[in-house]
Amino acid sequence: MIPRRVAHNPIIGPGVVPRGVDAEYDAACARDDARDGPATTTHAPASGRAFTLDGKAREKAPTTRTQTPYVTGTSALGLKYGDGVLLACDTLACYGSTKRYKNVERVKKVNERCAIAFTGELSDFTYVCNLLEELTTEDFCEDDGMTRDAEEIYQYLTRVMYNRRNKFDPLWNSLVVAGLKTNGETFLGTVGMIGTHYEDDHVCAGFGNHIARPIFREFYKADMTEEQAVEVMRSALYACVMRDKQMMNKFQICKVTKDGVTISEPFAVPTEWGYEKFYNPTKFSETGW
Amino acid sequence: MAPEGARQHANWSPYDNNGGTVLAVAGENYVICASDTRMSTGYSILTRNYEKVDQMSPKTLMASAGFMADAQTLKKTLKARCKQYEFQNKKPIGCVSFAQMLSNTLYYRRFFPYYAFNIVAGLDAEGKGAVFTYDAVGSYERTNYSCQGSGQALIMPVLDNQLKTVSPLVLPAVSSATPLSEAAAIELIKDCFATAAERDIYTGDRVELWIMNADGVRKEEMPLRLD
Repeated sequence: MIPRRVAHNPIIGPGVVPRGVDAEYDAACARDDARDGPATTTHAPASGRAFTLDGKAREKAPTTRTQTPYVTGTSALGLKYGDGVLLACDTLACYGSTKRYKNVERVKKVNERCAIAFTGELSDFTYVCNLLEELTTEDFCEDDGMTRDAEEIYQYLTRVMYNRRNKFDPLWNSLVVAGLKTNGETFLGTVGMIGTHYEDDHVCAGFGNHIARPIFREFYKADMTEEQAVEVMRSALYACVMRDKQMMNKFQICKVTKDGVTISEPFAVPTEWGYEKFYNPTKFSETGW
Repeated sequence: MAPEGARQHANWSPYDNNGGTVLAVAGENYVICASDTRMSTGYSILTRNYEKVDQMSPKTLMASAGFMADAQTLKKTLKARCKQYEFQNKKPIGCVSFAQMLSNTLYYRRFFPYYAFNIVAGLDAEGKGAVFTYDAVGSYERTNYSCQGSGQALIMPVLDNQLKTVSPLVLPAVSSATPLSEAAAIELIKDCFATAAERDIYTGDRVELWIMNADGVRKEEMPLRLD
């Protein structure tokens, strides 16, 4: 593509670089035309060349802005216990490697027996939340006292994610769905960006799958009490915050039981940085400065 | 137009390989369909409890390895079409008809395929065991044993060695069903999975066997390596 030029010519109009002004630019245009044929933009004036509308390029390529994540959340963890389910994540949304938004609630209550958490693109998650909000409104308007249970929400999200991957325009998220089924059993499942989904006693979306999941595999017991489950969850969060650059030491734990959904106030886990080697990293080193 | 050179941002693929091995063996009056229950991505195990065998109709079992989201969608579509068949024909679909339907459904997506490797196992109209084996775009063949998925290369030659039967071209015709008894076939399948799990990192955790004969369908399980 020819280099983008910003120019204003009062005769031709804004945003057009006339030919014959800049020899180097003309040469670039000629090279481009020789390769791709002349630009087919209908708006291009005869004497110059529109610098933004490359008609052929626009016809060929679909929008790709939606194909990369911009503002992202990292791991989301889920853990079942005796009579409920826990969801946990930090409150950070990153812009690349910048800690951009430090007070984002990454868990959403869907209804009285279901909550979801996400990794990946924040705006895509907002869109998912809007879809769920529509469902909830529908349920409310039915006025029959029925709401969708966690498994139904999970199946719905599975189809949404898979459909968008079929359109080659995925929602850049992994979702963790936690809650209760209609029969009162606990439910915990996860859906990936391309529709991969599974249920398990403990799940992690994102990088936590490498760091927190082994901790869950080690310490999970089906009949854990809430206190024990929270303890396991906190140690998993601790491991994540120590090893995941995108994780921040400010967390929320969401609990779903038959009594409803509660999302905790943000809290931090204690970390220890007072080690001798941290104060004086070269003390025992034989080489280096 | 993307600049030349390395991409600076995350990239995605519409496909993933979630691993797993599926296997089926047909006998004179039984059929066995088995799979492991591991689901992986790359070097990570996602869950140890993903069951790949489904009963699609009273006489039909189906097992799929490959990309799980495609496999699940495929099964969902087929289950709906089995229901429609039942309403239209006042009888559940047979395994031979189902096998053709699966082939058509796969080929319908010839240019954006379901990345799923399927085996259909069932009892045909005569009550004889039948196994159908597929590629991702719908080519299929009726055989009496088959194995698909990540452990295919490890298991298939063993089945060839143990179960090979007389050529269908021989006259007078000899039954193509495996000569093994049901119990012996179950043992062979369990051994096959235990063996594949030793070397294939995508096979493990648990094997489930669905055994179908004139009495109905029953399930057996055996634990596999967890590493």
